[in-house]
Amino acid sequence: MSKRFPPLVGFSLFILLTLIVTALFSPQVAPHNPIRERLLDRLLPPAWDQDGDWHYVLGTDHLGRDLLSRIIFGSRVSLAVGVAAVVVGGALGISLGVTAGFFGGRLDEVIMALADMQLAFPTILLAIAIIAVLGPSFANLVVVIGISGWVTYARIARGQVLSLREKEFVEAIRAQGGNQFRIIIRHILPNILSPLIVVATLDLARTIILESTLSFLGLGIQPPTPSWGGMLSDGREYLLSAWWIATFPGVALMLTALSFNRLGDWIRDLADPRLRRTELR
Amino acid sequence: MRRYLIRRLARTIFALWGISTIVFIVMRLSGDPAVLLLPQEASVEDVRRLRQELGLDEPFPVQYLRFLGNSLRGNFGESFRHKEPAMRLVRLHLWATLELSFAAFCIATVVAVPSGILAAVKPNSLYDHAAMSLALVGQSAPTFWIGIMLILAFGLGLPWFPIGGRGTWKHLVMPAITLGAFAMASIARLTRSAMLEVTRLDYITAARAKGLGEGRIIWRHALKNAAIPIVTIMGLQFGALLGGAVVTETVFSWPGIGRLAIQGIYNRDYPVVQAAVFTAAVFFVGINFVVDLLYTLLDPRIRYE
Repeated sequence: MSKRFPPLVGFSLFILLTLIVTALFSPQVAPHNPIRERLLDRLLPPAWDQDGDWHYVLGTDHLGRDLLSRIIFGSRVSLAVGVAAVVVGGALGISLGVTAGFFGGRLDEVIMALADMQLAFPTILLAIAIIAVLGPSFANLVVVIGISGWVTYARIARGQVLSLREKEFVEAIRAQGGNQFRIIIRHILPNILSPLIVVATLDLARTIILESTLSFLGLGIQPPTPSWGGMLSDGREYLLSAWWIATFPGVALMLTALSFNRLGDWIRDLADPRLRRTELR
Repeated sequence: MRRYLIRRLARTIFALWGISTIVFIVMRLSGDPAVLLLPQEASVEDVRRLRQELGLDEPFPVQYLRFLGNSLRGNFGESFRHKEPAMRLVRLHLWATLELSFAAFCIATVVAVPSGILAAVKPNSLYDHAAMSLALVGQSAPTFWIGIMLILAFGLGLPWFPIGGRGTWKHLVMPAITLGAFAMASIARLTRSAMLEVTRLDYITAARAKGLGEGRIIWRHALKNAAIPIVTIMGLQFGALLGGAVVTETVFSWPGIGRLAIQGIYNRDYPVVQAAVFTAAVFFVGINFVVDLLYTLLDPRIRYE
């Protein structure tokens, strides 16, 4: 494995595959119902602890719910919100970036000024303020988290388009009377996609962490639906008596984000061999 | 240079205007603070009177224009909850946030830059892999979770540091590490790749051929040319710290403007939220501006027309 993949890439792929499978088949994979409360079994430590019980491998929370099952079901929220937000942010950012780069002029100025404006804003505060106002529904989370990330896509797309616009093949199609919109869709987009895929992969780590942060602050998907951030928020109240509640969901989060980050770096290295020697292996 | 500065300033003002407008709209959409501020048994008449007092009964555009005019003068009105000028509250909390951000930034830089350089000096060594894997972890772990884990380990398990509040230097240690972790990881990774890029260049080979000591080559010759991307990311990260402070301050009950803003959002205390966000944005924009100017010092070839 390590001969064919650089360090951690195989590991990351494994983690992400596991994540996708558990998210898709949560009801089949999880040993327990994630929201059924059993007060008799509350705050049980993980199985390897002397007070632990193999019935609940990672222990139980303050309401006697199985932690492992909640982490498994929690992966659904993280992945669903994360992926949907990347789609929203990517679509918005790429459209604006391509528009700015292709047409230039005033339009370009306005879009880039908007980007600057957003960059000058502490994203998390904006997200918190909007979610607090609109209410923490799935759609609101996706839109807010997605919009908070459009600038990176826009900047990369714009830069790529700027250099492509002057290329002979675009000129040639223009000379033949090719329609602008068609040039963008058929000829520009396919050529700028690979750096954007890298951005999207890295952005997944960001959207998933932002979702968990909002959940942690009580502004994510609402209970009883398990989410990693929400579980960490519960666990924070029981740090003294039950360290595991605030530990394992965080490990899941970190492994997920780490895998997307590592994978993004790896794809970038593959796509741009010039960087391969310098970037992290 | 002059033209560049003017353009840049215009953009900055535009950005600040846009931010305050968005915050104004979002906060006004969030429901009626008058209902929230009064006790449950308050009559309709009470609510009406309070709305009048707070200026909430006027038409939306009037409220907006008054808000803009006042915010130009740094006046964001009185906090609904604390009955104090919002800007005064923000100023009182600002110092705590700056202290925390500055400490986090220092820790991050002091650890990250040398680690990145060392990793670049011996690429693909065991040290390189260990440091960069650690950096990847630091970049991937959510800030609030790092805070919780530190509390668990060094606040409760080994009771070395207090788990919340502000006071002695001991109070500062865990929040600063928590807040600085992400910046540390990013700066370390970028330092490494910037240094690797530079040490491949011919002038470094020439310096080696001349027989210069390796230490001198790395610290004097290579670092100078690798400095631009490193300073860029340090600037960006310092700005990002202000955002991360929101979460860190919540986890550690640190009395800064991030926590103030969050409480303001929960209480629908518009003036406080507006003042806090505006202040944070001013700092963020200001830092980026300074970084841009630093480029010209670091690399005299860069001239803004």
